Amino acid sequence: MEESQDDAYKYGMVIDLDKCTGCGTCMIACAAENNLAVRPDESDKQRSITWMRLYKFTNGKEFPDTEICYIPRPCMHCHHHTPCVSVCPATATQTDYHTGIVSQIYTRCIGCRYCIAACPYHARVFGWWDGYFPKGKGLERYLSPEVEVRMRGVVEKCTFCSHRLMRARTQAYAEDRTDLEENEYITACAEVCPAQAITFGDLNNPDHQVSKLSKSPYAFRLLERLGTAPKVYYLSTKDWVRRMADNYLPGEPVTKANAG
Amino acid sequence: MDSALFPEGVKRCSAKVFFLWTLPWLALLAWGGLSAFLCLWKGLNQTNMSDYFAFALWIVFDLAIIALGAGAFFTGFLTYIIGKKELKDIINATVIIGFICYSGAVAMLGIDIGQPIRGWFIFWHVNVHSMLAEVSFCITVYLAVLAIEYLPLILENKKLQEIREIRLFGHNLHGIMAVFAATGTFLSFFHQGSLGGLYGVMYARPFAFREGFYVWPWTFFLFVLSAIAAGPSFTILCTKLAEKITRKKLVPNKAFQTLAKISGWLLGVYIVLKIADTLNWIYGVVPRAGLTFADFYKEGPYGVWLVAAEIVVFGVVPAIILLIPKARQNEGWLVAGCLMNCTGIVLNRFVFTVVTLAIPVMPFEKFVSYLPTWQEWGIALAVIGYGFLLFSLSYRYLPVFPKERLLNPATESLESRRV
Repeated sequence: MEESQDDAYKYGMVIDLDKCTGCGTCMIACAAENNLAVRPDESDKQRSITWMRLYKFTNGKEFPDTEICYIPRPCMHCHHHTPCVSVCPATATQTDYHTGIVSQIYTRCIGCRYCIAACPYHARVFGWWDGYFPKGKGLERYLSPEVEVRMRGVVEKCTFCSHRLMRARTQAYAEDRTDLEENEYITACAEVCPAQAITFGDLNNPDHQVSKLSKSPYAFRLLERLGTAPKVYYLSTKDWVRRMADNYLPGEPVTKANAG
Repeated sequence: MDSALFPEGVKRCSAKVFFLWTLPWLALLAWGGLSAFLCLWKGLNQTNMSDYFAFALWIVFDLAIIALGAGAFFTGFLTYIIGKKELKDIINATVIIGFICYSGAVAMLGIDIGQPIRGWFIFWHVNVHSMLAEVSFCITVYLAVLAIEYLPLILENKKLQEIREIRLFGHNLHGIMAVFAATGTFLSFFHQGSLGGLYGVMYARPFAFREGFYVWPWTFFLFVLSAIAAGPSFTILCTKLAEKITRKKLVPNKAFQTLAKISGWLLGVYIVLKIADTLNWIYGVVPRAGLTFADFYKEGPYGVWLVAAEIVVFGVVPAIILLIPKARQNEGWLVAGCLMNCTGIVLNRFVFTVVTLAIPVMPFEKFVSYLPTWQEWGIALAVIGYGFLLFSLSYRYLPVFPKERLLNPATESLESRRV
């Protein structure tokens, strides 16, 4: 299991937090694109199925110094010793080092939830109920045939819309080429963000926008110092936001991105 | 009514009284059966588990009863490999307790996973790097070993012994018990350890993560040690409870003393290593993750009192009690010491499971709390009901305690009056 190959792709994301308005369109687009089941009562957020989750936090100061930050959190697709992959007993999740995508095999998952315990980002969710799409309300009309509808009792998470990669590859093959253009394969959340805060692409390709942005001095990752090597980068010019991305001992300086 | 099935020369209560005794345990089993049915039919939403509390009451119970059931393999090891003959008087009881614990744990796990019918994937599509895969393999094989160790005892039932083939088969099994004891020891070492490894390898959860030796985090060794420290204590407790309920002496004191002394020593060694590991964690793993010890204990009910309770009150204190010969020989102190020992180990399993998940890792995530639903309690308590029932049936119809007749000589005259 090689961790880096010269010809490998490394699909990743950069989310500019200075642009994110917290509108939540990324969450909705993700839910629609990936056939996320709903509940008649969605108020229990600890058990609802959300692959992309929007968090909100503040700098903790009183008015007029209060600042708010919204942070969309997909799956980090950790590149180094992926915590969830290494603990799954049934090999139901794998890191594909050729694309960097951490995938989930729903039909193999036995629902032991060890991966959920191991993930520090809470990127993984469990099907506590059978999948439910209320009939006659139009929800069944948006269901995508390219994405599996999950049964209950298995774990699911953001897949970086890997079905769109399949679609792009199929299109490229039909046109007798192997390489994909920069924006030929992007995730639903990146496509739909009205503020264009989410950029998606190949981190290994120096021409891709995502690769350039990830090298920005304002780039950082969540829980950098744990060593998971997430493929989702965030941009922020604000130090207090960066400080919320990881745990720091009193007096410790914030970590620079690309440190690990 | 069923006296023909009783072991030779012992007194048992009437069938009616026995039936009344089984009622509360049957009630627990019924509650558990209903809970299991609901969880299988409607899904795990019947519990209060969530995406934050992926592991909860059942996993705590599983880990606790497997740790407490370690008395089975360890007593087998001490009896057949080390050669402590006095433990032969209690080995049957430990095997039954072990069988109850492991079969109960496996049954509970069958309900705990989201897709129980796919449970066998853990063997078929195994990920050899996963600690949980190792746990599953060893527990399943060890359950088979326990069943094989239990079988000769079942075959010793008076009525079954009348069949010659069974008598010979059981006798032959007895002869090779040492092989199974050795196998059981080997398997148990690995799965008790892997259960610790389960938490210790989660490097992205600083509360649970530990460094270690090669692929084995220190929790691997600590869990084995704590299991063999608590197992014998649990055996003593169960047997003492049986003696209290049957109002008879069932096991000579020497067996209890041997187990208690070994339990005390192991607990003492475990606590020293546990303190060392905790300090290593506080000054190593924790600051490297950008956290302090206080960060883990500032919210909810999980304060520093938990650490003090686990290590000092239910760790150091019972170790001292069980190490002092005068205290060991006093029944009250012996039971107190064993009870506190077992409580400490259960607390340890609880902390690693529930507290690990309650504490967020990302700074903007919140601390979460959890309380089990009645369905969760139903299944957990059903294992206890199952345990009481199986042990009671075994005691009633099988010669579980070889020295029972010797220790209760007044039975001959009473039996002739009963007819």
